[in-house]
Amino acid sequence: MERSLTNFIRALRAAEVPVSTGEAIDALRTQALVGYGDRALLKDALGIAVAKSEEEKAVFDRLFELFFTRAPAEEEPAPDVLDGTEREYGPGEEPGDLMALAQSGDEARLAMALEAAAERVNLSRIRFSTQAAFYTRRMLEEMGLEALEERLVDRLRDGDAGEAEAAEIMAARARLMDRARRLVDQQFEVFGRSASEEFRNEFLKQKSLSELDRSDMERMKLLIRKMARRLAEKHGRRRRKANRGRLDLRATMRANAAHDGVPFDVRWRRRRRDRAKVVAICDTSQSVAQSVRFLLLLLYSLAEVIPSLRSFAFSSRLSEVSADLEALEFDEAIVKILRDTGFGSTNYGQALSDLRRGHWDAIDRRTTVIVLGDGRSNYADPRLDLFRELSDQAKRVIWLSPEAPSLWGSGDSEILRFRPFCAVLEHCANVADLERAVDEILIAYQR
Amino acid sequence: MGFGALGSIEAITEGLGSVGYISTAQISTAVFLAQHLRKPILIEGPAGVGKTDLAQSTARFVGLPLVRMQCYEGLDESKALYEWKYGKQLLYTQILKEQLHHILEGAETLDQSFAKLHSFEDLFFSEAFLEPRPLLRALKEEKGCILLIDEVDKADEEFEAFLLEVLSEYQVTVPELGPVTAAVPPLVMLTSNNTREIGDALKRRCLHLYISFPEAAREQAIVRARVPGISAELLGQLVAFVQGLRAEELKKLPSIAETVDWARTLLLLHAESLEPELVRATLNVLLKFESDIRTVQAKLETLTRKAREG
Repeated sequence: MERSLTNFIRALRAAEVPVSTGEAIDALRTQALVGYGDRALLKDALGIAVAKSEEEKAVFDRLFELFFTRAPAEEEPAPDVLDGTEREYGPGEEPGDLMALAQSGDEARLAMALEAAAERVNLSRIRFSTQAAFYTRRMLEEMGLEALEERLVDRLRDGDAGEAEAAEIMAARARLMDRARRLVDQQFEVFGRSASEEFRNEFLKQKSLSELDRSDMERMKLLIRKMARRLAEKHGRRRRKANRGRLDLRATMRANAAHDGVPFDVRWRRRRRDRAKVVAICDTSQSVAQSVRFLLLLLYSLAEVIPSLRSFAFSSRLSEVSADLEALEFDEAIVKILRDTGFGSTNYGQALSDLRRGHWDAIDRRTTVIVLGDGRSNYADPRLDLFRELSDQAKRVIWLSPEAPSLWGSGDSEILRFRPFCAVLEHCANVADLERAVDEILIAYQR
Repeated sequence: MGFGALGSIEAITEGLGSVGYISTAQISTAVFLAQHLRKPILIEGPAGVGKTDLAQSTARFVGLPLVRMQCYEGLDESKALYEWKYGKQLLYTQILKEQLHHILEGAETLDQSFAKLHSFEDLFFSEAFLEPRPLLRALKEEKGCILLIDEVDKADEEFEAFLLEVLSEYQVTVPELGPVTAAVPPLVMLTSNNTREIGDALKRRCLHLYISFPEAAREQAIVRARVPGISAELLGQLVAFVQGLRAEELKKLPSIAETVDWARTLLLLHAESLEPELVRATLNVLLKFESDIRTVQAKLETLTRKAREG
């Protein structure tokens, strides 16, 4: 197997280019067709074989540049040279060799020796930038650094007599360190960076919403964008259901006019499934201050998935924010919405009656209503009568609460009184929960 | 000529050039790989950059027929693969009714007449009554062909799944006739305008070529090939102008097709170089949205000056 190519494919996979086994084989065949000789050609050809979208091409280009800058050394310099280096500078060898290597100025030979050491310590397993120092050290130890250092200590003990040589050794050591570190950094770019990004993303998905800090927000936005796109892809298209059993008489007659009206080709009526029609109501008051940015982020991403989304925000007075979400970038939108409606004291009753008075036309029997909030109404009348009316009028009501179930019903929480009117009431604490919830909403909708 | 003409990347670039398609290293490499790995190419890119044209030019260059299948919503197997000629079958049964009588005459029992009938049954489900649609036609081309599946993103997802089978085996099964395998697998090109994401399964089975807007030199070569009479000065300026437009924020960026149209227009008007007034009058050839035209008209002087200065 072509080692460097399989490594490259591994790097691609780590960077979220899902190269399939079939494509890996294509890549090998492609390489066999075009060879390693022409780098630009190889890049074009491999790009065509494995990277299947614009984003994937961008990742591919970045990795290719990183990866194949060193490929020539790895490619063909006859195995015996590599083996030779290994033997010469293996552990426990004469430190003089390492010294000589560092001082020789033969960059190619040094690079090759470093490559071999990298291979022995499995440098391609590197995942985090904090591991860089460790791997650098391990590589140099593989090459006999310890012996070199012992000698350095000896020379330093010798005092003045050894000073000149000690300085030389130190310079050589620094040089080796530098080269090794460079290789490690480059390899981290290839193999590690995407993996550790992935790890942080995974971590963030599980992290509770109220614990998010501002630095997480950027990453979170990316994650949610991704999620939105995934969901949009899954649910965005109108599904058609061939409705067996109902004949489309007109279409059948038209299709069979040529056969003297004998119905060879029978046409059925098709029913289009409704696109999800969703109204989202988001609590932006003091009590949910911890997670309000997140709730709005959800609202924002919903707006991306569901074109017909109408969204409202409230603390006590409720107002429509669909236009803001659509027109503005997320950061601007969030600032504007919070300025307009945010951080007041909650009053669900007031919000519901605003909805009843001003926007009741948004809700009909095809609408799913999503409420985002904790149901804490500051001891004001929650106007359950209006909520019941809402739930009767709409197809169904889904409530996602950022607050844990153990706190439901405590203090001014009215959520348990709202519960009978909700088709679903769920605790939604992190992105993973969120994705599941939104997915369910959309699936249920298209049934 | 046949597929043998696709022997090397240089030969492809040259051959495509000879039929008026200015290729790039990437495009030629994709065609080369498609031929040698026997894989379909999925071509993506903005409208009007020559995706469909690549298939047509390749067909002209290798001298094989182009079988084109335009996709649309609701496209199904009977439109893409084959259909029985019901009308003809019906007609023949009517005409042969008398004959049938004769043939069945000797039969005494129902079983016997059934057995007799049975021996003719295949007659009506034979090649003579088969209406091949593009996919089947492509497989049946004896010397091979270029199969262009245009705008595959417009077709339904189910159709995509159906394509998988055809494209991986170059074989389809007609239940009444058995499998039909291509003697020479066609060179398949699929195009997509990205109105929706193509399914992963299809994507991963294809080679992927992204054609973007061409850089200035290539665009000049293309326009020169299409509009031979154009002067070098005007050519340089108009391409520079279009390239400048593509950096603007517009609803629809002008494509190569529009550059060529514009070049023809300017040539008709006997223009020698780009003047703001002339550009203003002909801008609707390049831009297809009223709002885009307004945006550009506001900056017309600067854009024209930049293009003239090169």
